Amino acid sequence: MQGSSSTNNNILTVEHLTMRFGGLVAINDLSFAAKRGEITALIGPNGAGKTTVFNCITGFYKPTEGMITLHESSGKTHLLERMPDFQITAKAKVARTFQNIRLFSGMTVLENLLVAQHNKLMRASGFTILGLLGLKTYKEASRNSIELARHWLEKADLLQRADDPAGDLPYGAQRRLEIARAMCTGPELLCLDEPAAGLNPRESAALNKLLLDIRQDTGTSTLLIEHDMSVVMEISDHVVVLEYGQKISDGNPDFVKNDPKVIAAYLGVEDEDEIDIPVIREDLKAVGKGKKGEAR
Amino acid sequence: MASNNTRPDAPLPANQSADYGYALKEAMYAGLITLGMFVLFIGLKTDQNIRNELILVPRWGLLAIFVIIAAVGRFAYIAWLGPAMASGKAAKSRKVVSTEKSFLAQHWTKLAIVFLFLYPALVGGSLKWVDNFGIQILIYVMLAWGLNIVVGLAGLLDLGYVAFYAVGAYSYALLSEHLGLSFWLLLPMAGILSAMWGIILGFPVLRLRGDYLAIVTLAFGEIIRLVLINWTEVTKGTFGISSIKKADFFGWFTFNIADPNYIGKVFDIAPSGTYYKIFLYYLILLLALLTAFVTLRLRKMPIGRAWEALREDEVACRSLGINTTNTKLTAFATGAMFGGFAGSFFAARQGFVSPESFIFLESAVILAIVVLGGMGSLTGIAIAAVVMIGGTEILRELTFLKAIFGEGFTPELYRMLLFGVAMVMVMIWKPRGFVGNRTPTAFLFERKEVSGSFTTEGHG
Amino acid sequence: MEYFVQQLVNGLTLGSIYGLIAIGYTMVYGIIGMINFAHGDIFMLGGFSALIAFLVLTSFWAGIPVVLALLIMMLVGMLTCGLWNWTIERVAYRPLRGSFRLAPLITAIGMSIALSNFVQVSQGPRNKPIPPLVQQNFEVFGINISLKQIVIVVITTVLLAIFWYIVNKTPLGRAQRACEQDRKMAALLGVDVDRTISITFVMGAALAAVAGTMFLMYYGVVVFTDGFVPGVKAFTAAVLGGIGSLPGAVIGGLLIGVIESLWSAYFSIDYKDVATFSILALVLIFKPTGVLGRPEIEKV
Repeated sequence: MQGSSSTNNNILTVEHLTMRFGGLVAINDLSFAAKRGEITALIGPNGAGKTTVFNCITGFYKPTEGMITLHESSGKTHLLERMPDFQITAKAKVARTFQNIRLFSGMTVLENLLVAQHNKLMRASGFTILGLLGLKTYKEASRNSIELARHWLEKADLLQRADDPAGDLPYGAQRRLEIARAMCTGPELLCLDEPAAGLNPRESAALNKLLLDIRQDTGTSTLLIEHDMSVVMEISDHVVVLEYGQKISDGNPDFVKNDPKVIAAYLGVEDEDEIDIPVIREDLKAVGKGKKGEAR
Repeated sequence: MASNNTRPDAPLPANQSADYGYALKEAMYAGLITLGMFVLFIGLKTDQNIRNELILVPRWGLLAIFVIIAAVGRFAYIAWLGPAMASGKAAKSRKVVSTEKSFLAQHWTKLAIVFLFLYPALVGGSLKWVDNFGIQILIYVMLAWGLNIVVGLAGLLDLGYVAFYAVGAYSYALLSEHLGLSFWLLLPMAGILSAMWGIILGFPVLRLRGDYLAIVTLAFGEIIRLVLINWTEVTKGTFGISSIKKADFFGWFTFNIADPNYIGKVFDIAPSGTYYKIFLYYLILLLALLTAFVTLRLRKMPIGRAWEALREDEVACRSLGINTTNTKLTAFATGAMFGGFAGSFFAARQGFVSPESFIFLESAVILAIVVLGGMGSLTGIAIAAVVMIGGTEILRELTFLKAIFGEGFTPELYRMLLFGVAMVMVMIWKPRGFVGNRTPTAFLFERKEVSGSFTTEGHG
Repeated sequence: MEYFVQQLVNGLTLGSIYGLIAIGYTMVYGIIGMINFAHGDIFMLGGFSALIAFLVLTSFWAGIPVVLALLIMMLVGMLTCGLWNWTIERVAYRPLRGSFRLAPLITAIGMSIALSNFVQVSQGPRNKPIPPLVQQNFEVFGINISLKQIVIVVITTVLLAIFWYIVNKTPLGRAQRACEQDRKMAALLGVDVDRTISITFVMGAALAAVAGTMFLMYYGVVVFTDGFVPGVKAFTAAVLGGIGSLPGAVIGGLLIGVIESLWSAYFSIDYKDVATFSILALVLIFKPTGVLGRPEIEKV
């Protein structure tokens, strides 16, 4: 559906990606591209393989087959499936967040953002040795990194909480902090795994604003997994729909919204629902039994 | 002796008032359980007679004392102590903690350092207090601060730390014996060698999770000790290496009475062994302070922050572009290096090294000090070292106990027993150690302590 | 060839003892995810209980039949160690359940130090020898098999059968397996988790006590430091077999026993513990799930 526009315009191309866990095929021959400066959303029902795609892009899983290419704005390209995970962030400038937030909860909000600037600071400190001797360049870099952290704290509306432990923040603030932390690595592609999950409408709005700000101010491209359709439809420029590890639709939000295949996958008008619903009934029954057992 | 920790700790009864019937029942159970546990081990003692056969010597009186202590203790706990503690806790939670810090609290690090420098003078140069307490405790403080980098900051559970201590000690012993180099040259060399071993041993195990890492490091520690025992051509096996050269004062004067520049001759003072002890005291004090200084400095550097981040969440670290392998290795190597420094100090102090000094128990003691002190907190660790090492050392001094328990009573025998019991009790009382709070390494507006309940314990 | 088989037999005997101890490690690890470092010392306590029971028995009834004496020694050891481990779990480990991850491990190490030093203080630091209990030897195809070895292997097999039955066929075993999978859910479904964990500790201790009795019978001597090295080896066995897996623990124990005796026979007796520790390190590094363990997928 998506026209094969010139590759220069794409920041990320995923080609024929397949991921198997033993006999289970989590992703099957998936190809899509994300355009530079756009917010691309990856949606699909539970278990469609969205997070697996993310894990392949960010190097936490090694894909069974396929090619993932990142095109930096400088013209450099990186084959992500061949790189170790930390290098994908350090070299290819891809940053990510996690579905179940992974903050350094015992460190303060500010420290979280400083850890994200590790590589830059390591170089500035002469890999610790020069910094240990109290060299000027490190002090300067250290001040700059705090300024960058302050910038993102303002954007994420967390400035007042800068010196509190990250684990002490409310849920929505933790989500924003995780995004701010990812931005502190200076990414070209930001991968967000369900950033709006569990947020109330106000927090959700604050998140949308942060994401739009990121796109506007930094030109960072965003790849987004999301369940919340209001977020997807409101902010994304391009939507890829997955089901059972395969792409079923790909296009702008309006196109996807009206694609019969997508409607079928989400609302279940085809014969799948007849398979699904009895299973759910069984599950419900089991839960009911468990509750009774507990009451006794 | 150990009766207090044998009481089963049932949850408090719901009602706060004393319930004597319940307490009586619990006391009876406690007595019975104690009886069952100790009837064989306390009630009967195996002794050898003249023909070298084992015979049993009954000690029913002692057993009865144990059972009674357990039962009475349990009764008191349930009937009075438990409710009192519960109401005390409630009162405490209502009390507002004042944020004003006293002068002592604000400046106590400086005061402590001044005290430590004056300490030999304060105890009048008494060998016992400088050597058995001062030097002994400071060695453990330094070792624990070194291990703290690995366990407390990076969250890598290392049960074989004593191996690096051994590498340092043997490097000093062997190199000074064969090459005749001076202490001041060998000290950094021992540190570098230990750091190298840290990397060699660290490299294969870095993929492992917490408990497994602990066991592998334990295995490495034991392997190094067994090699030291069995590689007799080099290490002289269990006999150890003796008459190791003493440290000197940068070549200016030495502490060896036969040398032409012996301190007594240089300053024209009466020869005495005390000078060396006092010199060693200041040496280990400076080494320990160096460890603390480097640790504090590193914490504010990217590498130190990466260590702490690693302890909190390794996956998140990788997602931020941190090379976790290198980060872990530097933690391992830095910790090992300080272990090596301490080891070469140990060899110079004792003049003798043997594998006996590097058993697993030492690793366990050092780790215990780190955890009991509160992982990552230098102050807490120093307190834990003073309490645990000083506390067990002081047992030797308690000669008045002989008056109570009879002439044959040797308090030293109970040292490790009490150490073990104290470890268990402190952990139950304060699972996060004496100082559970963490001081942030950077701040925008004000530095607020991070409560221990937020810190996670790492995955590596 | 005969020499080899001879060493194999010796190794299997030793391995049976390791296997019995390893079950305690593996069960406790499976159910609460903790390395019960003091388990080796429980084994040592078992050896001492058996020793003292033996001395009591012979002082009352000099001509007691060996089978009866062994049975009583085992029973006394099982009861004593079961009680000890129950109390230890109750007093030292339970308050720390769900606490900071290192706390239980440190407590267990402290407990291990306390236990071995308690025995040193209460029973003296010397080796405690007993006269040989079982002395017959058999020649089978040129291999020398002692009755002791047969007793050890038979008792181990019988105990494992009983144990297997308990874990797989009884409600208690089901509760244990449920707690292993998901403690919170098991509690919600009405499993008394605390009781199940207590029983697990008691069962592990009972098996360790039997191992202690066998150890005393086999070597004829026990000393207060005997908990550490066999403890670490048994832990190695548990890891080698795949921690959490009961058959794995036994297989691991046998493997460690065989490797140890073959290594001593063919290479160097001095380095036999180095061999064991190296195996531990190698297995953990290259195959941390062991022979029969379940693989773990890193969840991101």
